[in-house]
Amino acid sequence: MDLSLIIMQLLSGIALGAVLVITALGLTIVFGMLGVVNFAHGALFMIGAYAGLYLASLTGSFWWGLLLAPILIGAFGMLIEFVLIRRLYGRSIDDPLLLTFGLSYILVEGVRIVFGSDGIPFPTPPQLIGVLDLGIGFFPRYRLFVIMLVAVVLLVLWLTLEKTRVGLIVRAGARDPTIMQVLGVDIGRVWLAIFGLGVGLAALGGVLAGPMRSVNPEMGSLVLAEAFVVTVIGGLGSIVGAVVAGLMVGISISMVALFAPEMATIVMFALMAVVLLIRPQGLFGVRGRTA
Amino acid sequence: MTGPSSGEAVAKPASSGLAWLLDHRVLLSIAVLAVLPWLLPSKALAVNVLIYGVVVMGYNLLFGYTGLLSFGQAAFFGSGAYFTGIAIGRYGVPWFAAVPIAVLLSTCLAAAIGIVSTRTRGIYFSMVTLALAQLVYYVALQAASFTGGENGLRGFTVDRINLFGLQVNFLDPINKYYVLMAFAALAMWFQSRILNSPFGAVIEAVRENEQRARACGYDVERSKLVVFMLSGAISSLGGCMLALHLSIVPLDILHYQTSGMIVMMVLLGGARSFFGPFVGAASFLILEDVISLWTPHWQIFVGAIFVLFVLFLPKGIWGTLLDALDSGKARR
Amino acid sequence: MPRSGSTPKITRRTALAGLSASAALLAMPRLGRAADETIRIGFPTPLTGPFAAEARDQVKCAELAVKLVNDKGGIAGRKVELLVRDDKLNAGEAATRTLELIEKDKVHAVVGALSSAVQLAVNEVTRARGVIYVSISQSDTINEAKDFSKYTFHEALNPHMTTSAVARQTLKKGMKVAHLVADYAYGHEMLRGFKRAQAAIGADNVGEILHPFGAADYSTFMPRLMSMRPDVLCISNFGRDQANAIKQAVDFGVKQQMKIVVPVILHNQRLAVGPDVFEGVVGGANYYWGLETQSKSASSFNTAFKAANGGAIPTDYGAYGYSGVGSLLAAMQAAGGTDTDKVVDALEKLQYDLTKGPQHYRKCDHQSVQSVLVLESKKKSAMAGENDLFAILANDAGSDDMLRSCSELGHAT
Repeated sequence: MDLSLIIMQLLSGIALGAVLVITALGLTIVFGMLGVVNFAHGALFMIGAYAGLYLASLTGSFWWGLLLAPILIGAFGMLIEFVLIRRLYGRSIDDPLLLTFGLSYILVEGVRIVFGSDGIPFPTPPQLIGVLDLGIGFFPRYRLFVIMLVAVVLLVLWLTLEKTRVGLIVRAGARDPTIMQVLGVDIGRVWLAIFGLGVGLAALGGVLAGPMRSVNPEMGSLVLAEAFVVTVIGGLGSIVGAVVAGLMVGISISMVALFAPEMATIVMFALMAVVLLIRPQGLFGVRGRTA
Repeated sequence: MTGPSSGEAVAKPASSGLAWLLDHRVLLSIAVLAVLPWLLPSKALAVNVLIYGVVVMGYNLLFGYTGLLSFGQAAFFGSGAYFTGIAIGRYGVPWFAAVPIAVLLSTCLAAAIGIVSTRTRGIYFSMVTLALAQLVYYVALQAASFTGGENGLRGFTVDRINLFGLQVNFLDPINKYYVLMAFAALAMWFQSRILNSPFGAVIEAVRENEQRARACGYDVERSKLVVFMLSGAISSLGGCMLALHLSIVPLDILHYQTSGMIVMMVLLGGARSFFGPFVGAASFLILEDVISLWTPHWQIFVGAIFVLFVLFLPKGIWGTLLDALDSGKARR
Repeated sequence: MPRSGSTPKITRRTALAGLSASAALLAMPRLGRAADETIRIGFPTPLTGPFAAEARDQVKCAELAVKLVNDKGGIAGRKVELLVRDDKLNAGEAATRTLELIEKDKVHAVVGALSSAVQLAVNEVTRARGVIYVSISQSDTINEAKDFSKYTFHEALNPHMTTSAVARQTLKKGMKVAHLVADYAYGHEMLRGFKRAQAAIGADNVGEILHPFGAADYSTFMPRLMSMRPDVLCISNFGRDQANAIKQAVDFGVKQQMKIVVPVILHNQRLAVGPDVFEGVVGGANYYWGLETQSKSASSFNTAFKAANGGAIPTDYGAYGYSGVGSLLAAMQAAGGTDTDKVVDALEKLQYDLTKGPQHYRKCDHQSVQSVLVLESKKKSAMAGENDLFAILANDAGSDDMLRSCSELGHAT
């Protein structure tokens, strides 16, 4: 087993992890701020892929699809929050989870009705077709682009949350919504925006995954399970946790694929079990937050 | 169905009729189940109501009565079915012995998953049970020499059974229904005993307020683990029934979508009501049956109905009905 | 269980009351259709789920086969009715639907299923109850003695047949071959077929990678596959897995280094993924509409299908629906009715030619001996129209030599 192969494998793992990070991030932000576990997250990931594809074919450019789909689906997410989820605040913490679970059925079947159940081709943008010679091997240009884009999105997100006034309000709102209301902040609007952001991130993950996988109505259900595992390992509500755990899971899958490829799916669940035994609240989770 | 007529005549104050109903809930439930095959469009559907009714009833113990929202109940439904099939097909165990063996092994599995998952709380618990159940799914997929893998487990058809010297054709749908109903009755009796025991009061206390329960001196962690195991045991009995009924075990039984279906059923019927799980299982299965004959897009309706229930009828069909009866009596 | 002693009595009494009530209620739409007269064929197929398009084609073709018989006056004067049920690609659901078909609808035979698991589940239910089942799912397992029964027939190809035909067209002595295989029964069956064929041809195995069934990402296997430097990559998986694996292999530039070969190339999957990804991929098939230039049966099947479906063309899985139901009805015709033993006999003796040339069911395992097509996916610029997907590389006539021997499958010979 030579070193260059291991490096290539590491790179595949990072690319795999990048999509996981983006998807898990949306899940974890919404939970951290709103206390809502969004079971429709996978379905919205899938809808993001379809929307990206549709917009790309409408405008004739992948880049418009990449830009507009997360915005459009994010706005759709805000609609979901406003019409459905808002009614459930103050009720049992399980209720939003159950509601979004039912919602995922509607979304998946809706896509089947509109776009058919077969799946449709999502071509790689022409600028990113092909492989790049890294000296030690060839790696698809598109996957390198995904790694870089995810890095940029993370940076922007971090700067917004940590360095801006909006970020301050959001963080404070997550800690104590009542105080924020007393201070005159319309917390409902903050929640609306956060839910939209979470859904937008799911859609972004979907558009990014589109050219790598086949686009079909069931593509979200697998992603949902993976995103859950990542958030649980990282610690629910923790942004840093989602990033670290996403990359960790991606790289573990990739490395296991090298030695025992048929175990590649089991490994992430095993990883999660181990983490939970040692730290039940996840790597970066705060104890007691989840009660 | 059983409701108002049987509750009359007793001269106790307020909701005495309802109290009478609750006292005899096991017998009444059995009575309803006994006529079920004649009410539903097919015997196979009636058997499914029995099976899912038992599975959901077990789940209700965990979710409804203790307030623990697990998304991994499929693991025990599936393990009950697999262990039954493997015991009969691979080791030649007679069917009546295979069932208790399967329940016992599934309870051990529930203990293992419970030890990890009951350490977590709230939403975490849902996710951890989901992920661990998926782990069970992948193990069953990989251990193909035992489980048949993706092809499912086959080769253990029980066609004749011996009931106290009486040879019964188990392929006959009616015979099969009543034999399986005996299992369901057993499960109901067991569940009723749990709920009426002091332990039943403890788990309700845990649901209402974990801190207070702990302050009262209850061992909350241990209670959660025990209820997780009991719930798994009852649901696994449903799995045993499925194996005997279909004479195959499909791998999909372990998939998290099965867990999701169980959650839907309990909410549809009414969490925290004794007969609700059977009402939920029946309405879900009939709904699916009817709508899927009419359109392949049945899931959109199931999803919509479920969303409406969460929003407007969180107590489910049976729970809402009981409430209505209760308040009606109270007003009188 | 103290109740069980009295069970039979309750059963009989309630049965009378219940039966008359439910019969009146549920048989309503059937009245006047002379239920005893019609021949009922159950047809479970995955109308919901990822193979819904294939399932719809199967239904259309099965209905066509039924219509053609009914137009000629039915079988021994009896009309044929097709009862389509959604198996949801789920073995448990399929077993339940099959039970309903047998117990409630009293079907005379069952045809159908697409996935291997569903086919085996349906088979388990039908064989225990002595009902004829013609499977149209591609798997080797059902041929083996363990799952076989005298009521079990297999109309579809199996991986052993397709892999050997594909290997004959693509492998040469001394070539280096690598395998990417889905880690479940069907994947292992395909791998076994390829390895046998490559050993017979004299090609060298340079490596095998098993991937988890239903994986969405195959990128992690690509660096290792490429480091094996094979001439041919055999991808032994099915449906979505195949589409994803080929797509990602193409992303990694695999096609510049080696040829990609699959056991079964699907019409609808090729449509779903697009011509660029599939370009040059070679795979086996039971049917392709373009066969009409070589085969009279194919041409008349296409014509009949087009007439019934507004000019659409039949697909590979559709053809299975047609030949599965068609062969069963032909046997019932020969047997003069629905008597199970007579129909089984007639099926064993039947020589039929419905879509692509002569076929018959082998005696020992009831596998349909039939021709295998080897197709190559066309370049976008070479396509004459939107349905012009494949070039036919070979059309191997059916023979018993294509199959695994009866003794290998565990049948008494």
